[in-house]
Amino acid sequence: MAEIKEAVKEKSMVIQKEMLADLFTELSTAKENGKKVVYTFVPGNLTELILAMDMLPVYPEINALQSGMRKKSGSYIKDAEKVGFSEDVCTYVKCDIGMMLNGNIGPTGEKLPPPDMLLLSYTGCFTFMKWFENLERLYPGVEIAMLHTPYQEDGKITDDQVKYMIKQLTDDVIPKMEKVAGKKLDYDRLSKMLENSAKAEDLWVKVLQSAKSTPSPIDAYFAGVYYMGPMNTAFRGTEKAVEYYQELLNEITERQQLGLHPVTPEGEMKEERFRLVVEGPPNWTNFREFWKIFYDMGAVIVASTYTKVGGLYDQGFRHDPDKPLESLAKYCMGCYTNLNLPQRVDLLEYYIKEYKADGFLINSIKSCNSFSAGQLLMMREVEQRCGIPVGFIESDLVDPRYFSYANIKNRLESYFQMLGQRKVIMEQEVNAD
Amino acid sequence: MTEIPHRLNAILEECKALAFDLNFTAAKDWKKAGKDRLLVGYLPIYIPREVVHAANGLAVGIMGGGDRKQIIKGDAYYQSYICHLPRGVVEMALDTNLESFDGFLFPSICDCVRNLSGMFKLLKKGKFTRYFDYPQNFEKHIGGTFYSELIETIMRDMFQLNGVQVTPEKLNHSIGLYNTNRRLIEAIYNIRQEFPWRLSAVDTYHVLRAGITIPVERHNEILQEVVDIIEEEQGEPLDNIRVIISGSFCEQPPIGLIKSVEMAGCYIIDDDFMLGSRWIQGDIDDSSGDPLNEIVNAFLTKSAPSSAVYDVGNPRAARLVEQVKARNADGVIFCAASFCDPALLDRPEMQKACDAGHIAHINFQFHENTGQFKVIKEQAGTFSDSIKLWV
Ligand code: SF4
Ligand code: SF4
Repeated sequence: MAEIKEAVKEKSMVIQKEMLADLFTELSTAKENGKKVVYTFVPGNLTELILAMDMLPVYPEINALQSGMRKKSGSYIKDAEKVGFSEDVCTYVKCDIGMMLNGNIGPTGEKLPPPDMLLLSYTGCFTFMKWFENLERLYPGVEIAMLHTPYQEDGKITDDQVKYMIKQLTDDVIPKMEKVAGKKLDYDRLSKMLENSAKAEDLWVKVLQSAKSTPSPIDAYFAGVYYMGPMNTAFRGTEKAVEYYQELLNEITERQQLGLHPVTPEGEMKEERFRLVVEGPPNWTNFREFWKIFYDMGAVIVASTYTKVGGLYDQGFRHDPDKPLESLAKYCMGCYTNLNLPQRVDLLEYYIKEYKADGFLINSIKSCNSFSAGQLLMMREVEQRCGIPVGFIESDLVDPRYFSYANIKNRLESYFQMLGQRKVIMEQEVNAD
Repeated sequence: MTEIPHRLNAILEECKALAFDLNFTAAKDWKKAGKDRLLVGYLPIYIPREVVHAANGLAVGIMGGGDRKQIIKGDAYYQSYICHLPRGVVEMALDTNLESFDGFLFPSICDCVRNLSGMFKLLKKGKFTRYFDYPQNFEKHIGGTFYSELIETIMRDMFQLNGVQVTPEKLNHSIGLYNTNRRLIEAIYNIRQEFPWRLSAVDTYHVLRAGITIPVERHNEILQEVVDIIEEEQGEPLDNIRVIISGSFCEQPPIGLIKSVEMAGCYIIDDDFMLGSRWIQGDIDDSSGDPLNEIVNAFLTKSAPSSAVYDVGNPRAARLVEQVKARNADGVIFCAASFCDPALLDRPEMQKACDAGHIAHINFQFHENTGQFKVIKEQAGTFSDSIKLWV
């Protein structure tokens, strides 16, 4: 297994770390301080609504991925399997349930408070519904609200869908949240938060788009998953998030102006040999080793779909303080995995062309049908349309049994070899002209 | 008396052939026989077939390739950790099986089926392809309104192809036919509850599955005949246990599996194999001035327990326990397709409910093209023996 050196920290990373530490401290003292806790999901989250009612969000997928990174997920998954969950199902669910069976100890080592409310707002994945049905049974009697987000089956968001979502919000979800929070929703406060959301979203898009330059100053996948954290979780809508993204953008703009390469856990990359677009979530159990295979080969991810699971801001969507509920509805429906397959292929084509990628890679996740079912056809379509080499590897989010380092490394090395040869041929062709 | 088995055998042979005709010859012949007829394929589980019928269409159930379709291209479209059903369906779509189908509906059951709808779009199959996103909100003015709009979209899709307007009269007529269909199917299950030896589970399966490939009018005739015959004594009772099979609502178990369970000493007295045909529990009002509204109401209030529907407040585990009692079953066999998230994620809770209700249960996983049943037969046999011993 690859040896990894100590990570190098930038100021924005320090800010993010503080934000997270504060949140987990708040969570650990939530019960004493009378704060209500809402369990909810990342894609299609209603963070601003939760925060506007002074409640605290907990995201089970984030706990699962953190468990993966802390090498705890393997045993959690096995514990869930012992109580009857099949080996075949989504490992995020099993990791989360295993964590609960083991005392619900969160990423900072502190116990997470049990939920006062389960807010089943979810996007682009059927399994989320099953997940919360299971949670509801683990926490019987807890208030539960469901926001059904229709799929963009026809490649667009229709008026009927928006109306359906707003009606669910006004007639069911918000009244239940108000009941738990013990207060009415202050729409002015919500709008103010959405204004902050839009500001942070503008900055986040600029961060993402910095990868259009050559060399790219960021890795939009491996580092991108850190960058997207505040946006996709408990901080969207806060001033702190705006501050974080401003700082991040400043750092990245500076790097861009200096022509610097992305920062990795082992310092700055020295060269950009390949520019890749990646589809699919990363693996968390061996995240650093996985990343290292790329940066050791000079491969930079210039755009990824995974960083869009919490919203497709780079395609123009912004939360709208003047239309709070409508924009929350559209936000939920616009997340990446709620796009139909033709839309997903179009988006990949756009990224490949716009970010001048040399290659397209899929990391297919065993657990996640929402991402994985159909990826092989998507790969063919992308290959046909863009004429660039495509690669395909398989792993899992948090089940270490499905991460084979040697296998993935071999495949990626062959793939990078192919990309290298193609580059040489293309350069020769250009010189011959 | 010799007349009856002969008649039954003839019907069963017809059904068996129809059920597994993956070229859907009967449906295609039906389409050829009339102008403006539409073939609308649908995946498991449920769509309101009444609406297709009223638009001069035939809703044809596509339940996968089972063990009858050799997968040549389909495997290249799916990773090994995805269930088998969609690869069989893609194989059929790329082959000639689904030629002359006008449209396809993909009911919301999981992300595989959802993404398959997009694959059909990318592969340009059908003149229309719709993911049928049932509401998961069951308030009439919220989920109900959304559902009506969804159905109207499909009506528009069909209208654009054949110009047939769905009038309340036509829709009421179609509802009536499907009410009869559901009633007759339930009659078969009710007779089998008391006299399971009169029609085997395999034969029952063929009779039901045939129904999703032919016009409802013809299926009703078949069902009526089967009911008439099995109302009379047939065959000999065996010393079998009585089980309910749960979890096979989408990808279908191979016939060999069902047969093995029966041969191991189990009467399958209820199951969720062809759940779509039994989805609405009870009749839909067929005399209303707003029949679409009746179809919507039926979905909101009379849907069968299923892993496809958000069930907080009406847990399917409790309903399984009730079903076991109502059917006087001795145990439950959880039988889900491998890699089927909806069925497998529901299983632990349902098992827990069975334990709490002192209901014996075992569990299998299968692929639709599994060919070996020795282990399953042994497990089912042991299950049957243990129940006989202790109950
Ligand atoms: S299937 Fe994928 S999107 Fe859904 S809960 Fe699991 S990991 Fe998340
Ligand atoms: S068998 Fe299960 S996972 Fe496969 S398509 Fe059907 S519902 Fe989805």
